[in-house]
Amino acid sequence: MKKSIRIAAGQGFWGDRFDAPIDQIRRGPVDYLVMDYLAEVTMSIMQKQKMRDPKLGYARDIISLMKEILPDLVKNNVKVITNAGGVNPLACRNALFEIAQRLGIKGLKIGIVYGDDIIPQIAHFIASGITLNHMESGEPLQKVRERLYSANIYFGARPVVEALQKEAQIIITGRVTDTGLTLAPMIYEFGWSEQDYNQLAAGIVAGHIIECGAQVSGGNFLAGWKEVPDMAHIGFPIIEAYPSGEFVVTKHDQTGGMVDLRTVKEQLLYELGNPKEYITPDVVADFTSIQLRLEGKDRVRVSGVHGRKPTPFFKVSISYADGWISLGKLTYAWPDALEKAKKADEIIRQRIKDLKLKFDEIHTEFLGINACHGPLSHPVSEPNEVVLQIGVRGSNLIHIEQFSREMIPLVLCGPPTVTGFGSGRSRPKEVVAFWPALIPKEAVKAVVDVQ
Amino acid sequence: MKVQLLQLAHARSGDKGDTANVGIIAYKEEYYPFLEKILTPQRVKKHFTDICKGEVERFELPNLWALNFLLHQSLGGGGTQTLRHDAQGKTFSTAFLRMEVEVPDHLAEKWALKVHSTSGKRKKI
Repeated sequence: MKKSIRIAAGQGFWGDRFDAPIDQIRRGPVDYLVMDYLAEVTMSIMQKQKMRDPKLGYARDIISLMKEILPDLVKNNVKVITNAGGVNPLACRNALFEIAQRLGIKGLKIGIVYGDDIIPQIAHFIASGITLNHMESGEPLQKVRERLYSANIYFGARPVVEALQKEAQIIITGRVTDTGLTLAPMIYEFGWSEQDYNQLAAGIVAGHIIECGAQVSGGNFLAGWKEVPDMAHIGFPIIEAYPSGEFVVTKHDQTGGMVDLRTVKEQLLYELGNPKEYITPDVVADFTSIQLRLEGKDRVRVSGVHGRKPTPFFKVSISYADGWISLGKLTYAWPDALEKAKKADEIIRQRIKDLKLKFDEIHTEFLGINACHGPLSHPVSEPNEVVLQIGVRGSNLIHIEQFSREMIPLVLCGPPTVTGFGSGRSRPKEVVAFWPALIPKEAVKAVVDVQ
Repeated sequence: MKVQLLQLAHARSGDKGDTANVGIIAYKEEYYPFLEKILTPQRVKKHFTDICKGEVERFELPNLWALNFLLHQSLGGGGTQTLRHDAQGKTFSTAFLRMEVEVPDHLAEKWALKVHSTSGKRKKI
């Protein structure tokens, strides 16, 4: 058993700094690189891609990344665990094998984890009494059945552990919990059992700490952002994990950014619900048991984590089509910038009424005045400029498009000293809504295949 | 003495659907019991009037000198359907820290706090 392992976060979301994973591999020793490519909405986008072309449906960025780092991974024996597989882990693996071949790399083992995509089985589940009711409203899925885009089970660390046991060096999954990606290598290396709840909980806490990339190593850091060195080259976080469940949050030497008690606390509180019940498929972690200690420069030790038995359910993320939105912006300059922006808003709303456009919601904000803090904003006298933002939401795409056409004419028809329309007419964006549901664990099974 | 929360705590906010979570973290361990006493869900709900349309839940993390607040129905529906500029409530952290709190004089002196200015006052735009 290794004395400790180093797990590096390569990405906080699809679209994060492209060279972060490259730096993680090249600027110091790591054993594992974990990367999250799946926001909630990503699966619906990937399903649409796969419907157009059966060879698509995964995060294509992973291919260009691997072209760059595959030789380093092989040379340094670094394993990669990522959910870049989306709804087509198989196609992703095929593309990666092609890259390996072109680079002359032999003997590479790639594991895929799938079975999370249950769109083909929805009818079967409902027929067998698994109605996938909405977790909050309790309504049955039948309500939005006709407009589903995607339905994916959140598997935990277990299938990834299985792939590691089958000696995969790169593991491409579909939907797996972000925290599970970080926990899996710890289970594999340290031999934790399904009942080692405290250690499992520690692994989950480690996963939560690094799942947003640099947001724990000096990024988005309210308490001391002015102290953060070299954000242009911010070091992404690394977990130095130990068999006991204790771990250290750190980063490579000589990278930008910083790790201290304050940065770690901010990330621990991020997107947190009830801290005593951080529910994952592997364990329920208690964030009120976490003990932090600053061990040295950019080193925070985490210990004392407690966990308990998980629930008998997996969470399912289901997405469905729910209308359209469009947001238009115009910038008004001093003098009377706010008054002009308000007048412009009044004109647009009058036009909407006269054209009989139907929307579920029309919402106006004045950027520079109160867009962030609303009624809590302090007064601003004589702003230099104000950006008017008007948004509409509704189910009639034609009306949404008509609204989009109404903003720019105001440049010639409305109040003066207006600008900021250079990027052109705003485009309608589809609303993809989410239906969180639960499914009994015994009703589904993850499939692990290593080749 | 009236003091803005910004002096006593840092914060980070995030989203879970239509709920914004705001984590309030005391700058010093000795501030935590004071914050725990005064930052009741009712107080926070009042602060976020016209922003938070649902209930406010509070959870304590004394191990981190922190309080976690869930502000339900504050993100205009959240996700991809919201029309808010700050769709994910990423600036709720400092909206919260604008709150003015009354600190007993002996504590204000001990903690060397400054009297706060007007930036916390609510204003109808």
